[in-house]
Amino acid sequence: MLLLTILSVSVVIVIGIGLYYKSVPVLDNSSWWHLLTSSEWKPMKGLFGFFPFIMGTLWVTGIAIIIALPLCLLSSFYITEYAPQRVRKILVPFVNLLSGIPPVIFGVWGVLFIIPLIQKHIAPHFVEFSTGYSVLAGGIVLAVMIFPLIVSIVCEVLNTIPKELKEASLSLGATKWETIRKVYLRKAKPGIIAATVLAISRAFGETIAVLMVCGNNADVPHSVFDSGYPLPALIANNYGEMLSIPMYDSALMFAALLLFVIILLFNIISRVILARLERKLAA
Amino acid sequence: MTRRKLEENFFRVLMLLSITIVAGSFFLIVGTIFIKGVPFMNLDMITKIPGGGFYIGKEGGVLNAIIGSLYVAGGATILGLLISIPVAIYINMYLGSRNVIANSLRIAFDVLFGIPSIVYGAFGFLIMVYFGIKASLLGGIVAVTLLVIPILVRTLDEVILTVPKELRDASLALGATRWEMSKVVLRQIRPGIFTAILLSFGRAIGDVASVLFTAGFSDNIPTSLHQPAATLPLAIFFQLGSPVEEVQGRAYASALILTIVVLIITVLSSWLAKRFSKNKIQ
Repeated sequence: MLLLTILSVSVVIVIGIGLYYKSVPVLDNSSWWHLLTSSEWKPMKGLFGFFPFIMGTLWVTGIAIIIALPLCLLSSFYITEYAPQRVRKILVPFVNLLSGIPPVIFGVWGVLFIIPLIQKHIAPHFVEFSTGYSVLAGGIVLAVMIFPLIVSIVCEVLNTIPKELKEASLSLGATKWETIRKVYLRKAKPGIIAATVLAISRAFGETIAVLMVCGNNADVPHSVFDSGYPLPALIANNYGEMLSIPMYDSALMFAALLLFVIILLFNIISRVILARLERKLAA
Repeated sequence: MTRRKLEENFFRVLMLLSITIVAGSFFLIVGTIFIKGVPFMNLDMITKIPGGGFYIGKEGGVLNAIIGSLYVAGGATILGLLISIPVAIYINMYLGSRNVIANSLRIAFDVLFGIPSIVYGAFGFLIMVYFGIKASLLGGIVAVTLLVIPILVRTLDEVILTVPKELRDASLALGATRWEMSKVVLRQIRPGIFTAILLSFGRAIGDVASVLFTAGFSDNIPTSLHQPAATLPLAIFFQLGSPVEEVQGRAYASALILTIVVLIITVLSSWLAKRFSKNKIQ
């Protein structure tokens, strides 16, 4: 049992080592800095610049968080503070159901619903022409995907805040919203940050849904209606020809390593914050 | 009305609006899939494998992908259980539930849970290249097992934590070894194990990125571990990319199948979890 435990935890380390080992050839060829900041993506010539893909990832993740965070915070406040027990009992299962839907279904939904929406109704107000396949579409789909994650964590954090604090604030004449703004937001700040960081890392690594709606163009996006090409989509899209072009597999494994390291860091940070919160509560 | 009252009402409306969007997005997604998928749904879809010319809109179904998905998700869940039950028991019974190492291990599994499936897929691919395995059912199962272990461990762990400490103390006091105590606890959490299985199965059946490199794709139902296997999400993804309208329609229908399966699994698992919390000894 000890052995199994050690084995399954050490998967983290083995993944890291394995991916690094595989990306050594491309790292020998050019420096980290060059790989990260160059925009030249010409696998046939051995040029691997990841900048457009990193920017693509940042754009969709940024849009997703900007959309999801306010909506989720307000929803969590409503669920924990305002909703009557009966309404809460109906609402919470739907948020849970949403978390069970597989990524590919989100992708299909994005193609069927979000893309036409952007193409016909949103984009024409701002730009002359857009196919709809854009970082905005990716951002919206990702935002919906991270809704349940943020809502469930923030609700849990809000429930840990002592009732006395809220009652004290209310009895001093503060309205419910003032209590939320001045007491809850301050108290729940670490938890909200942890939830956000976790959501960012989830959005960072999401593959198939963004692959289906982002347009996959290896250029740096300049507006929300431009198409983008996030890192995970790059890996997923090119695995077929990976072994036929020299260094290509190594470059793609480098992309996976990049994702892995960033997400690992983000996850550790937020999990440690959350675990500390939990321990404070238990004490 | 004072400014404060106005502010209160303004934000109340805003909150109602956001909860409508968040909870409503579920209906929007499922509704879209149903409306688009139902017209293309027929018995052939779930009872036939792709026939000749399937990908230009001729007859056939996605039975190969349904069976493939069941194999991969089932295999991974079984393999994952074999690993994670001992791990969960070790963390709780041998280390003690509130031990520092146990808590660090919990964080480690939470972190593993956060690692995206594409990384597991790429890693699984590396292992396969290393051992010289081709894209196959086996490769898919291994990659997905890595993906579901953290889910299984953390769910089982949470369930074991709900077992009253007195029960463990009582069995130890009667002279049971830790292993015998674990058996008592395992019996107590049986419904919880089912919840964990369903959660893991639901995640495994819907995931694409991990099987993309590892399981391959095939029009036939795999008969051995070394044959490539089609999976439902991957079939949806491939069919949706087709320019032929008929094939796209099949993607919608396949999406409908997957959605229904996953919804049943989710509802079942939450129902089990609720029943479980009612039955346990307080």
